[in-house]
Amino acid sequence: MFQGIRISGFGGQGIISSGVLLAYAGMLDGKHVSFFPSYGAEMRGGTANCSVVISSDDVTTPVVSQPDTVIVMNEPSLAKFEPFLKPGGLMIINESLVKSRPQRKDIKVVLVACNKIADELKAPKIANMVALGAFCKQTGALSIEAVAKAMPKVFKRAKPEILELNIQALKRGAGLN
Amino acid sequence: MLQVNRRPESLVDVKMHYCPGCGHGIVHRLVAEVMDELKIRERTIGVAPVGCAVFADHYFNCDMIQGPHGRGPAIATGIKRSKPQCIVFSYQGDGDLASIGMAETIHSAGRSENITIIFINNAIYGMTGGQMAPTTLVGQKATTCPLGRDPKVNGYPIRVCELLAQLDGSRYLERTSIHTAAHVIKAKKAIKKAFQCQIDGKGFSLVEVLSTCPTNMGISPLDACKFVQEKLLPQYPLGVFKDSDGGMNNVSRN
Amino acid sequence: MGEKLLMKGNDAMAEGAVRAGCRFFAGYPITPQNEVPEYMSWRLPQAGGAFIQAESEVAAINMLYGSAATGIRCMTSSSSPGISLKQEGISYAAGADLPIFFANVVRGGPGLGNIAGAQGDYFQSVRGGGHGDYRTFVMAPDSVEEMGNFPLHCYAVAEKYRIPAMILTDGVLGQMMEPLEFKFPEVDPKKLSEPDWALGECRGRKNRLVGSYDLYEGRLEVMTLNRAKRYAEIEAKEVMFEAQQCDDAQIVLVAYGISARACGAALKMARAEGLKVGLFRPITLWPFPKKQLRELADRVQGFLVVEMSLGQMVDDVRLATEFRAPVHLHARPSGVTPTGEEILKKIKDTLKAGKGECVCCK
Repeated sequence: MFQGIRISGFGGQGIISSGVLLAYAGMLDGKHVSFFPSYGAEMRGGTANCSVVISSDDVTTPVVSQPDTVIVMNEPSLAKFEPFLKPGGLMIINESLVKSRPQRKDIKVVLVACNKIADELKAPKIANMVALGAFCKQTGALSIEAVAKAMPKVFKRAKPEILELNIQALKRGAGLN
Repeated sequence: MLQVNRRPESLVDVKMHYCPGCGHGIVHRLVAEVMDELKIRERTIGVAPVGCAVFADHYFNCDMIQGPHGRGPAIATGIKRSKPQCIVFSYQGDGDLASIGMAETIHSAGRSENITIIFINNAIYGMTGGQMAPTTLVGQKATTCPLGRDPKVNGYPIRVCELLAQLDGSRYLERTSIHTAAHVIKAKKAIKKAFQCQIDGKGFSLVEVLSTCPTNMGISPLDACKFVQEKLLPQYPLGVFKDSDGGMNNVSRN
Repeated sequence: MGEKLLMKGNDAMAEGAVRAGCRFFAGYPITPQNEVPEYMSWRLPQAGGAFIQAESEVAAINMLYGSAATGIRCMTSSSSPGISLKQEGISYAAGADLPIFFANVVRGGPGLGNIAGAQGDYFQSVRGGGHGDYRTFVMAPDSVEEMGNFPLHCYAVAEKYRIPAMILTDGVLGQMMEPLEFKFPEVDPKKLSEPDWALGECRGRKNRLVGSYDLYEGRLEVMTLNRAKRYAEIEAKEVMFEAQQCDDAQIVLVAYGISARACGAALKMARAEGLKVGLFRPITLWPFPKKQLRELADRVQGFLVVEMSLGQMVDDVRLATEFRAPVHLHARPSGVTPTGEEILKKIKDTLKAGKGECVCCK
């Protein structure tokens, strides 16, 4: 089993924390993992992306050059990562914010209204969790439970009710409720 | 037989290399006498500079370290933070402290690092052979300003005590001189106060000592003393610039 | 010990140093190593140590010079431009035989360059870097786990031979997260014996001097030659490397640090295609694993050195292998991490080129 993932969006969309969460969940699940963030000079509003590898074998390079899955959280990220996605790869698109669609026909596209669902949960900041839920469902690389278990380790200062909301968002993303 | 004078225990029994009329030997002795009187020799670590006093590590009878030009306050900081029970002093000349090491000087004062700096200001570079110092007077000749320091080209001399007095972190600052016996006695008192400031854990202390370099000025030792009296004192007034436990509110100038 | 943690490389290195007994850190902010001073700023006081954000890298390395002279374990870290500034103090520490420990989280250069991971500071690290004749013990981790576990080894070697030791890493390893385990029991610095040269309280003993100068004719040469004997001992005893699938390899990849990880990806792909490829990873860059590469040179069709620079370690590989086999180069300077795919392509080009032809020159 091998999943090379790129998650991309605006700074502030929780791109980096989503990546850390996936890696942590993978580790708790007994997988080999790595996480590597882009670290630009800008602190807010710039583009943010990260590489995550979840594998049953040793992770070689942590920089995912040909992802199996790309999670596209904002408009510019689509054009940026479409060319690199592996043939047959998966693109999860946040359709709340991304209006264009990929040109490639050799990839699988899943549209998720991440922001809309997050708004429905009255927690606009957790659109990223909706996307992760979709990722779990589509790839089977991780279970929702594994991600939920990693949450208190990664969001150390989050209150229990916030963690509960996050789990709700994961489930909505996975289409579980 | 009554012994009226002896070598301080804090000085090693070797012949110093300093030129006739140089002030370093006097100041070394003053620091050593203070270390003896305060009974701190066995827990003092000294930092020798780059410059004529580079060999100070061979003259003081306590643990000594010699490091890069101007970095004495940083080295002293590293020592003090690693061995807080030790008394740490840095001995520096004007080029070392006020030119290449100005950043380290100001920031160790800014942090109120609990160290003592002995700053020898003779207005000239010694070891390298008489170049212009940051404290060289306007009009004073040096090998890199052979026609005399021209403010249009070389700018102005820097007054270190006045500069450091602006900082909340500096706790004891005094400018002294050694060009007469009376001044030597006063200089020793200042050095003792500075070390006491450190012993009491009050923070950064510095004593500036106006000194003589007859060799590089090409004058006699007596004329060098006269130079201090007539030329250096007007530019660098003597006195206590800071003697306080706290910040700017407690500055006393006299 | 034993617990699996998910940490950033920089944090792991800082924690590893503290667990190895580090009790003083001085540093200055520069990307991509900022996590190290940030981590130390809360962790060291917790461990009874001291942290200082210095006014400059120059001040930081000199604080380290003072701290190391008292015999305690201390550390500074920086990234390329800051390491250039530290060279003064590193040279003095080498001259004063002080076992300082520091890390360079390399970024793209020269000049201000960029903040991406790079390997352009190899020469600076293994050839001295500062002025004068000296060597630095250089370790190149390729994982977060090694970032966390190498500080202890650096202290051990630095103290045994009284030389500066460094970790040469890069922005990718510094910023990436991976699971790691600290594979050693935490060191209690109070239980370390004080070296017989350390400055402190001279009660009941002769006063001690630490310094790097001797102006007396001929004596500095004696000091330097004595140090050279220790260098020779290090070259004989302290070499570390990792060889993967080199036994039957036609082409051996040679890479260190994060480049070796990219080579690992290429190695997997190449072997899956039935290509006889191996990977040789120097772990100590000085001392360099000369002997081991020299032995391989008679058995392989060629070497392919992969570096995130214009090609620096490649010189050492050529010297070590005495030109007995062609040494090719795949170079990605100034902040580009090579991909497994591009290295695989280069491997194929190299295999096609045959003996004696150099693909890097085409």
